[in-house]
Amino acid sequence: MISTILIIGGGQAGAQAVDTLRRGGFSGRLVLIGDEPQLPYQRPPLSKKYLAGELNEDRLLFRHRSFYDEHRVELKLGVPAARIDPAARRVTLEGGEELAYDRLLLCVGAKSRELSCPGADLPGVHYLRAIADVAAIRAGLKPGARALIIGGGYIGLETAATARAMGCAVTVLEMADRVMNRVVASSVSEYFAHEHRAQGVKIICNTRVVRLEGAGRVERVVCADGSTHEADLLVVGVGAVANTELASAAGLHCDNGIVVDEYCRSSDAAIYAAGDCTNHPSIRFEMRVRLESVDNAFEQAKTAALNILERATVHDRVPWFWSDQFDNKLLIVGLSQGFDQQVMRGDPATRSFSVCYLKGGELLAVEAINHAKDYMAARKLIAERARPDLNKLADPQIALKEAI
Amino acid sequence: MPKIVFIEPLGVRREIDAALGITLMEAARQHGVAGVVARCGGACACATCHVYIAPAWFGKLEPREDMEEGMLETAWEPRATSRLSCQVHITAAMEGLEVTVPEQQSQGE
Repeated sequence: MISTILIIGGGQAGAQAVDTLRRGGFSGRLVLIGDEPQLPYQRPPLSKKYLAGELNEDRLLFRHRSFYDEHRVELKLGVPAARIDPAARRVTLEGGEELAYDRLLLCVGAKSRELSCPGADLPGVHYLRAIADVAAIRAGLKPGARALIIGGGYIGLETAATARAMGCAVTVLEMADRVMNRVVASSVSEYFAHEHRAQGVKIICNTRVVRLEGAGRVERVVCADGSTHEADLLVVGVGAVANTELASAAGLHCDNGIVVDEYCRSSDAAIYAAGDCTNHPSIRFEMRVRLESVDNAFEQAKTAALNILERATVHDRVPWFWSDQFDNKLLIVGLSQGFDQQVMRGDPATRSFSVCYLKGGELLAVEAINHAKDYMAARKLIAERARPDLNKLADPQIALKEAI
Repeated sequence: MPKIVFIEPLGVRREIDAALGITLMEAARQHGVAGVVARCGGACACATCHVYIAPAWFGKLEPREDMEEGMLETAWEPRATSRLSCQVHITAAMEGLEVTVPEQQSQGE
């Protein structure tokens, strides 16, 4: 008999789990524990519309407080969990409160990877992950301010675009030879670098930060080639790492994330995990993955909740991601790892094109730039393991859904 | 606050007072209207907030942009009056607007 379910983590996955558990008929004690004081909110706008001040905090919330009250969800927000005792099935919060559980769901997410070079601990080094991070960054986004961004990934480039639109003089420092090198094709990197430069953002690749300097707060960044870059505002976006400390200390199997199976079960039968914190099997792609993805957080949370309710459900999704930079929308579906062929559809000069990845003739992934039709068609084709006709695929006049 | 009528997938008629300035999707979500999934949260990136606008109302809304048009093409059972509710901003002129939520969203959500 399951009478108490605890959820640690008040993000996208935590909010979805609450919803699925109550809709699924769970009527016992349901407790949502979160590090942050806010009700569960959406993170994607933090580097976009929320940073720009176009959305207020209320519009970030998934649900208002009345939803949690109506569904009898006990909220322990702003009170981090300190430890899990799996043998006693008990969680201790910071401050000492102890909560017993029958099932525990970990939706603990990821945290910003931090710089480790000298000066990294100076005041004024900002990371962008939570509402609390945004206020300080936004205060520095003044017309003419020199905004320096370390890292040319999603967060770095979205922040750069927002800062530029707000009138800052923006420079992005990227260690690799191109922006977003881990997530997109080189043609897509080139396109976005060009878009940023056309808007006045300075992008410097192949540059490694070795030191941060400043009197009392960070003022400049020194690179390996000896170049220095002055900063009124410094934002670091160099990736994220899964929050595995709690799970690991409790003896759960962790390896670049909390290791779970296709039912979102951890190595302890009473503990499940969902979202950015998990290392989970992708059925479609036949490999283990850790994804930083809204859809994955929602879907795993739903899957975990249904399995907690003893309705056997397997997590089997084709992942998708998006990024907004200036007036460009990048839509990615599938995982391109292991591809043996890349096909370009359309011409980047038209500002609307896609890159398709195949392996052994099967469509693996598509990166669609300002091209909703290709993206939507690809979602279906990739899930179906479709084998497109290569000549049709390369012809942008033929709809992707017809390129079979 | 204009009154907006949502017909949920199971036929339940929900009348809600929608705040000005937010989107139709946000109004639906705030009031727990069934069937409006809005997975991406309003970024026009997933087509899971698809709705049908009452024909008499459709022409009165701002037109679809290219991105929304493309998303809708492969949404679940699109119609001439389909919209992504995250792309429709609530205005005072929408008093009485009637919106039907489809039985499914894309990808079976």
